[in-house]
Amino acid sequence: MDTFMEYVWAFLVGGALCAVGQVLIDLTKLTPARILTTYVVAGVILGAVGLYEPLVDFAGGGATVPLTGFGYLLSKGVREAVLEHGLIGAFTGGFTSAAAGIAAAIFFGLIAALIFKSGSKINE
Amino acid sequence: MNISNQEYGELAKRHSPPSSMYKTIPMAFVIGGGICTLGEALLNLYEYLGMGKTNAGALTSMTLIFLSALFTGLKLYDRLAQCGGAGTLVPITGFANAMVSPALDFKSEGFVLGLGAKMFSIAGPVIVYGISASVLYGIIYYIVILFMGGL
Repeated sequence: MDTFMEYVWAFLVGGALCAVGQVLIDLTKLTPARILTTYVVAGVILGAVGLYEPLVDFAGGGATVPLTGFGYLLSKGVREAVLEHGLIGAFTGGFTSAAAGIAAAIFFGLIAALIFKSGSKINE
Repeated sequence: MNISNQEYGELAKRHSPPSSMYKTIPMAFVIGGGICTLGEALLNLYEYLGMGKTNAGALTSMTLIFLSALFTGLKLYDRLAQCGGAGTLVPITGFANAMVSPALDFKSEGFVLGLGAKMFSIAGPVIVYGISASVLYGIIYYIVILFMGGL
């Protein structure tokens, strides 16, 4: 039953974060690029003040899969790197913690762009 | 601007997207929640297979990004995005889609300035502001622990 509730919370919290994004799109005409940027920066700030960590413990994938989770990962990486390496950690921590995601997006993106034919343009 | 509520309502209606918010928001919730639940399942699977929390998280992101790149290439992700809206944008799969989609579309303009550069037309700003915010936080955090003597 615990596992089941874990999925329910992941669904609800992840869904809620996406619904907020949809409200922003419908009401403010924010472009996708702005929404993604806002979410990542919001994640960094929420992670920095310690509000996002409890959400991750509670909702798992519901908190880590949305882009705010990416921002949280950056803030967490920076904090750990500063504790370990001092000031230089402020510069190394972010990319270190996000390395897998960014490298995967670049590499798989390149492969996909090489293999597949172009079709309709993304609407911005 | 001095307009009545009624006039504003008409103005807002004219400038609203054609699809009703009563439909777009629940759809974003369900599809976005679904992608996050898939992430949770992958996370549990990788932890069950004996990975640490950090590696399981990284591999979950990589798997979702891989799937997004594949489905973007097959034109299925954009179709999902038409009904999912922000539900397909906000998850990490939306970030991957925002890289693959322009890379694919601008391939015809060359492999360097087309594919290579356009891949970052949306991901670029996200990384610029995300990393900068995290560096700023790191500097502040460093100063704080310097004065408070190691938390």
